[in-house]
Amino acid sequence: MSKRKSTGSAAMSEGACYSELQRVLRERVYKISAPCDVAGENDLDKPRRHLLDLIQRCSSMGESNSALIIGPRGAGKTMLLSSVLAELKENRDFRDNVLEVHLNGLLQTDDRIALKEITRQLQLENVVGNRVFGSFADNLAFLLEALKKGSRDSQAVLFVLEEFDLFAHHKNQTLLYNLFDVAQSQQAPITVIGLTCRLDVIELLEKRVKSRFSHRQIHLFNSLTFDQYLRVFRSLLVLPAEFRDKKFCGKWNKHVESLSDDPGVTSILRKLYDTSKDIRTLKMFLMLPVARICPSHPRLEMSDFVEAHKILTADSKSNTLHGLSVLELCLVVAMRRLSDVFVNQPFNFQMVYNEYQKFVQTRSYAVQSFDRPVVLKAFEHLQQMELVRAAEGAGIGGRGQKEFRPMLLMIDKSQLMQAIQKYPACPTEVKHWANTL
Amino acid sequence: MAAGPPTVFGHPTEQLADLYSSCPSRHDLVTQLLALFGQNNHLSCPRVFLYGPTGSGKSHVISSILNTLKLPHALVNCVECYTSRLLYDHILNQVALVTPAPDNDYTNYSRCDNMNDFVKTLRTIIEDRELQEETMYIVLDKAERLREMDMNILPAFLRLGELTGCNVCVVLLTEIVWEKFRAGTGMCEPLVLHFPDYTKDELLEILSSDCPTGYTKDFYMSYVNIVLSVFYMACRNLNEIRHLALLNFPKFCEPIKKGEATEEDVHKLWRNIEPHLRKALQTVYLREVSSAQWERMQEGAATQESSSANIKTLTGKVNMELPFYSKFLLIAAYLASYNPARTDRRFFLKHAGKMKKTVQQMKRDERASSQLLGPKPFPLDRLMAIFYSIVEGKVAPTANIYSQISSLVTLRLMTQVGSDDQLDGAKFKCTVGLDFMRSIARTVNFDIIRYLYDFV
Repeated sequence: MSKRKSTGSAAMSEGACYSELQRVLRERVYKISAPCDVAGENDLDKPRRHLLDLIQRCSSMGESNSALIIGPRGAGKTMLLSSVLAELKENRDFRDNVLEVHLNGLLQTDDRIALKEITRQLQLENVVGNRVFGSFADNLAFLLEALKKGSRDSQAVLFVLEEFDLFAHHKNQTLLYNLFDVAQSQQAPITVIGLTCRLDVIELLEKRVKSRFSHRQIHLFNSLTFDQYLRVFRSLLVLPAEFRDKKFCGKWNKHVESLSDDPGVTSILRKLYDTSKDIRTLKMFLMLPVARICPSHPRLEMSDFVEAHKILTADSKSNTLHGLSVLELCLVVAMRRLSDVFVNQPFNFQMVYNEYQKFVQTRSYAVQSFDRPVVLKAFEHLQQMELVRAAEGAGIGGRGQKEFRPMLLMIDKSQLMQAIQKYPACPTEVKHWANTL
Repeated sequence: MAAGPPTVFGHPTEQLADLYSSCPSRHDLVTQLLALFGQNNHLSCPRVFLYGPTGSGKSHVISSILNTLKLPHALVNCVECYTSRLLYDHILNQVALVTPAPDNDYTNYSRCDNMNDFVKTLRTIIEDRELQEETMYIVLDKAERLREMDMNILPAFLRLGELTGCNVCVVLLTEIVWEKFRAGTGMCEPLVLHFPDYTKDELLEILSSDCPTGYTKDFYMSYVNIVLSVFYMACRNLNEIRHLALLNFPKFCEPIKKGEATEEDVHKLWRNIEPHLRKALQTVYLREVSSAQWERMQEGAATQESSSANIKTLTGKVNMELPFYSKFLLIAAYLASYNPARTDRRFFLKHAGKMKKTVQQMKRDERASSQLLGPKPFPLDRLMAIFYSIVEGKVAPTANIYSQISSLVTLRLMTQVGSDDQLDGAKFKCTVGLDFMRSIARTVNFDIIRYLYDFV
């Protein structure tokens, strides 16, 4: 980077512009919870006001509360919360008054770790020292007590629990019980906000925990219309007005405008929207095209989008089939035949080998035949690739001979046919054989 | 940026040239990955999932990108780091540039037991090394093993960028498709890229690069072509083919050294090497012998002509010496496993009358043949009854005979099925193949085929 800057002011105009452009766009596209403001989007307005109000009341009036934000992955739960917090933090009072504790079910896998993390985030390690506590509740109460300063009421604490459902799996749900208990009994002003993608999360809570929860649930759903979707697409790519080089910025934004009107691009976006309208997929779709932009490839082109769409929708199973050897492909065809004959009943290696032998013997002039151990090795490779798996409830598990272990094929007929079409230099006999399926 | 055939925005050209020459036939993917990684100070694609068959160059491409461009990274293999603890330690050591060595008493950078500590420590290391601006790459090879660890590990790694708040790029390498990784309530979807297998021409090109000194490239190419013609149908794994090619090359050159042929004598050389390669397919490829053993066998073959028999015994599953009655017991077990109980009358009773299969029966049997479906369990009584009727002479049912059954079980020629607690209700299964059984039966002059229902 420093090298490019030193190359002189002439290069600065172009190279640095693109570098800056990359920085801005990557910041938006490569971060999943980066906020993207969609003008005129009023779906999030109501939950947003609700949440804002809830947290504010905690800070200004010392009111305790608990709420859950529930919505599918990529619906914008984290984004909503962080934008609310960002707005609140502009207020100085709030900053002084409220402490934040962020917990994530993926990180704090049990309550002991969670408590340590709470202590750390409240910066109370010194206060706690080597003190030994009788119970979890004592410890938490002590922590909250320690926040009280002199005569004033204790400081408000905002607990954010991401992946809330994972906390419900902790032993006895001690953390949740204590947090909700504190919130309900008004010992100290705390607000507990849980974020989860499980709609049935309430059912996971034990009775004593459930009864302490306020049952305030904020549901988020992704209900973008296609026009809004297009607007999001545009807003992800448009450069902000404070971009340094105004001329470049103007040109680029014009380009983005023309892109979102381009019928080719919109038809691809339409396809994408029809399969999944969440913003994460859109961001993933934009990852490659955005990465490509550079002085020698100054604009987003139709071909970039086509390719990105192809990568996103590629059938990975037929891709894997492409990498198999002819022998392994023959075995897959044989297994497909067996699955058809026995109507998806499990089969074993011996049957597959038999089927393969039948095929090889009738066409011995054209297909190289292999010994049984070689075929078995190929079969085991397929198993390792998880294209074949052991049938459940077989009972004999590891004890029986591997030739007779019941197996199931995990490949669909259409995937197989597609793979055979694409397979390089596929022997015609194998093709014919597959076509007789 | 100076012009060059494949330049990528924001990377020095000399290093790129090195990189491209070290990854033949992978230029497109390298370009794509470099674009995704972007410049050091840019945000990288936070999670990339690369899948493709073994030997398609996934690890090689990634490690050469990271090493040639000197990007900060950690490269771990999830087979080596089979517990989460090992995984954390290895990643942190590599990120913090600590190598456990005798000087530091093999200590790790820090003790790390759970994901929480890992994320915290990773953040501090990145801050200590002042790499906040740069991207840290964490590559997890053989990522399919992550699924067997604690359930929070895979989702947490996929979210590592958000969790640490740093610029982290997690790359997963595996040969299994992404669909098989989804579990629980879902996780952040990575960008999935496919590494296709090398085509035959690309394989040839790569293999030709390890041409031994003293031979022309064309000569080696023609040799590699022959090797591929034998192995390509069964195996596409570059590493495997490369190994086999190097192993058999001395044999290929033998006629030239002896002066029987010249380098141009392709046909003669081909005739010389082809049977050897086929033999190698049956032994070396299956890992029945180690390559050192194979070489010794090859040398032995040069000295004595009867070597083919020598190899045969090695490959054809060594004959097992069993006591006389054990052999009969095993034969009885095989018959009991592979014949339906209702047909015992026919095989072991005198004057049972002939039983003919109808066409309908034959069709039905073909599908449900026990040679296809495998052995069925049988009770001990049936085994003993068959044993007495096939063994020559009178045998007293002593403890001696019964102990032989249990030694057959310990030898894994038979297995006990069902519960162990029933003493008299124990059921067994014979676990040997037909070929093995025939060779055993031959030693006691017993025609086993005549007694098998499937072959009637």
